[in-house]
Amino acid sequence: MRRPRTAPPPPDAGLSELDAGSSRDAPAGPAARAPRWPRPGLRRLVRRWPWLPILIILFVLVIPALFAPLLSPYDPLRGTLADRLLPPAWLDGGTWSHPLGTDKQGRDILTRVIYGARISLIVSSAAILIGAVLGSTLGLLAGYFGGAVDRVVSWLVDTFMSLPIVLLALVVVAVIGPSFVTIITIISVTIWSSFARQVRGETLSVRESDYVARSRVAGASAARILLRHVLPNVTNTLIVLATLQVGVVILEESSLSFIGAGIPRPQPSWGVMVAEGRDQITTAWWLTFFPGLAILVVVLSLNLLGDWLRDFLDPKLRQQE
Amino acid sequence: MARYIVINVIRGILTLIAVSIIVFALARLTGNPLDVLAPVDMGPEDQAALAAKWGLDEPLAQQYLTFLGNALHGDFGPSFKFPDETAGSVIAERLPVSLQLGFVALVLTVLVGVPLGILSAVRRNSWLDRTAKGIALFGQSVPEFWLAIMLIWVFAVNLGWVPTSGQAGWTSILLPSLVMATFGIAALLRLFRSSMLDTLGTEYVKLARLKGLPKRQVIWKHALKPGAIPPLTFFGRIAVRLLTGATVVEIVFSWPGVGLLAFEAANARDFPVVQALALFTSAAIVVMNLVVDVLYAYLDPRVRLGQRVVS
Amino acid sequence: MASTRTHDTRHDPRPSPDRPVLEVLDLHTYLFTRWGTTRAVDGVSFQLHAGEMLGIVGESGCGKSMLALSLVRLTPEPAARILGGQVLLEGTDLLSLPESRMRKLRGREISMILQDPHQSLNPVFSIGNQMEEAARVHERDVSRPEARRRAVELLKTVHVPAPERRLASYPHELSGGMKQRVVGAMAMTYRPKVLIADEPTTALDVTIQAQYLKLLRELKEQTGVAIILITHDFGVIAEACDRVAVMYAGRIVEQGPVRDIFDRPRHPYTRALLASRPRRDVAMERLAVIEGQPPSLTDLPLGCRFAPRCPYAVDRCREQYPDPYQVSPAHTAWCWRSEEQPWAPR
Repeated sequence: MRRPRTAPPPPDAGLSELDAGSSRDAPAGPAARAPRWPRPGLRRLVRRWPWLPILIILFVLVIPALFAPLLSPYDPLRGTLADRLLPPAWLDGGTWSHPLGTDKQGRDILTRVIYGARISLIVSSAAILIGAVLGSTLGLLAGYFGGAVDRVVSWLVDTFMSLPIVLLALVVVAVIGPSFVTIITIISVTIWSSFARQVRGETLSVRESDYVARSRVAGASAARILLRHVLPNVTNTLIVLATLQVGVVILEESSLSFIGAGIPRPQPSWGVMVAEGRDQITTAWWLTFFPGLAILVVVLSLNLLGDWLRDFLDPKLRQQE
Repeated sequence: MARYIVINVIRGILTLIAVSIIVFALARLTGNPLDVLAPVDMGPEDQAALAAKWGLDEPLAQQYLTFLGNALHGDFGPSFKFPDETAGSVIAERLPVSLQLGFVALVLTVLVGVPLGILSAVRRNSWLDRTAKGIALFGQSVPEFWLAIMLIWVFAVNLGWVPTSGQAGWTSILLPSLVMATFGIAALLRLFRSSMLDTLGTEYVKLARLKGLPKRQVIWKHALKPGAIPPLTFFGRIAVRLLTGATVVEIVFSWPGVGLLAFEAANARDFPVVQALALFTSAAIVVMNLVVDVLYAYLDPRVRLGQRVVS
Repeated sequence: MASTRTHDTRHDPRPSPDRPVLEVLDLHTYLFTRWGTTRAVDGVSFQLHAGEMLGIVGESGCGKSMLALSLVRLTPEPAARILGGQVLLEGTDLLSLPESRMRKLRGREISMILQDPHQSLNPVFSIGNQMEEAARVHERDVSRPEARRRAVELLKTVHVPAPERRLASYPHELSGGMKQRVVGAMAMTYRPKVLIADEPTTALDVTIQAQYLKLLRELKEQTGVAIILITHDFGVIAEACDRVAVMYAGRIVEQGPVRDIFDRPRHPYTRALLASRPRRDVAMERLAVIEGQPPSLTDLPLGCRFAPRCPYAVDRCREQYPDPYQVSPAHTAWCWRSEEQPWAPR
């Protein structure tokens, strides 16, 4: 249950940051050089936000995704053969009009990476939206009503977690060909269960709480309780989970695209780009290096952000991370 | 306890049935196997004969039941791609290769992930802890296929320390197992760290120190035993994933295991093999979940003995 | 300072008021956190004699638990630091010992019982395992059967029925009271000189509380162990203790024999605590409540720390921390107005 945050924490909260405390201090007098933090106010929040991950996500994922056509003069799908396989600008033979080089069709790599961000964002947003809505609904129902509903939902969760996703994706794609819709569907199907499980757990614990008991005694309907009491409490973990899942989805989508079961070529999904550049790794390493780096950097930042969010929203429970 | 096991076994069986239905449905509904089996120029009567031979003219439900019946006897039908072999034998041939890789990856995961996780909890906020957390973060964020390619480029192509692909000498297993272990190490490390931090902060650990026990015993006996239980479930999942073949890694390294087989079979629309593989993988997961659940119950006396209280 | 033991008090149950077993001098333990510096223990001194039960009473947050942890040097690292003072266990300053020597004393010469019996025992090991472990901590070559025998003996001294069978049980199978007895038995394994009981009855049912206090008294009488009983409940003090020290905001504000304190409390806080107990013998319409909140230990006022809440405070109280006032040879109070009798409200 959400305890209100008061200063200071109990003495053995295991806090890692030491104040500039002096040893062998004379006891009398006001406290030694302790920084006076205001109550969790704006100034403190601003100082504590993880700016680097946020900026990276903004500049490597969100802004390119939203403003791709404005950011680059090139067409991501068509290039000039005369400019094929140019290395990055700082190397011999490179040029600043193609900062990250070009591929074997003369397409600008930087442009494709930018458009790749768009693909990653679209796929992850769609898949998470579907997965989260589906999963949370089922999780709420399972956690709140328990009994047979819970048993069925739990079994469904276990079953879907046992599905060999890669194999199924390969099969489907082998027959009907890869497409955006296909990959979004496949990924939604695989991530709804994480949401369901998490939400179910939270719902279970909220259900046992006092304020829910009071509502039930007062005669509130299940829907009302779910919406007014359970959902707000579940939102925190949902936000954290969704953030972390964006990274998971990007990794999954790029993996599937890499093996040909995701986004169809010639779309510049980062996974597809790595696959396309793979045979030229010895002669044109930049074809695979930059898209993969983009994935690494974005997912890393998302994980950092997710962890920070978790600490921020639930500091007493998650202090160890 | 016995009841617990029985219930879980039943659930597992239901899961397997569900998975087999899903796989079967997906495979058949998205395309007609006949298109794969029959040469393009085959006439309609010959096609019909072929269909009858494979039982493809029967209603879908019937086909499924036939499949299921045969599967229970271990007969998954012949491989469409290699008609002289059965699906089962194709898989059996490639399985040991994946198991080798998976086993090495698993050993790596445990040897690196567990001690690092424990030590990072014990020496919280030390340089070791920070390094471990960094490794964990990296392992969770890096795309496997890209890491594999980059490692090949550096160590095989440029440095020539290991072969670039395939099973060629004992060194060839190093890179693929390393790549496969990366995610597992990250996850296991985090889990152990988190769990150990929980147990290290408990009252009973405090009491153990109050009894005068040396710190080492307090950590390795009192904190570790309860602390190792939660990571166990995840360990089961990793183990299964590693042992049943990681398709992407096998593709990048051209490692001839069941992961690569899955890729090849799906592309060739070799449905019997695909179905058999799906069942096999799911069965492995289900069995592992069961084993882990039972182990969990066994290790935690609160679950094992139930809640009878004596006063 | 070397320990000067002229005769072994361990098996001599007679209390000896002249030579304290434990002497705490001006102890300071502060917590350094990003919220500020918490002065949990801010100059605490007291003495404890063999066979005596000293109660330390105060509200939550007054520093009592941190005091207990400081005595055994298990304060939470790295936030907490013992900054000054001495803790003399039979003359040896515990604070000056290296950790390896301190560890040898824990459980053997000085031991502790924790508050929540449901959390104190490791849930994955049997009672026998944990008790035998206690019996073998400080003596390397104790055989398993011997350790078992000692465990059974110890369980008998704390009146656990069917001790042999209890050894095979797991903690979750025992009730709270039973677990607390087991913890007590473990603490007494080596017949320590000092036993610290940190709110041992707080988590127990009221009916079990009295039994447990009786057990502590028995242990004290049989083995001569000196007990520090930490509690927030004056009823517990009345039931079991010989002397009491009242703690407020990191310091002791009054200490003396239990009878004296109950009959003639000389500190307004003590008076208020006593007055706020629910009582059957005196008709009460409402429970008396102490107005206000204890001060935050990171932000302590100058002068007497109880002054903001004290109905008898005068200017001097707010400006200067009170000197100790000797009410009688064994009874001290830290209040500028303790000599006045009776007190006129402000």
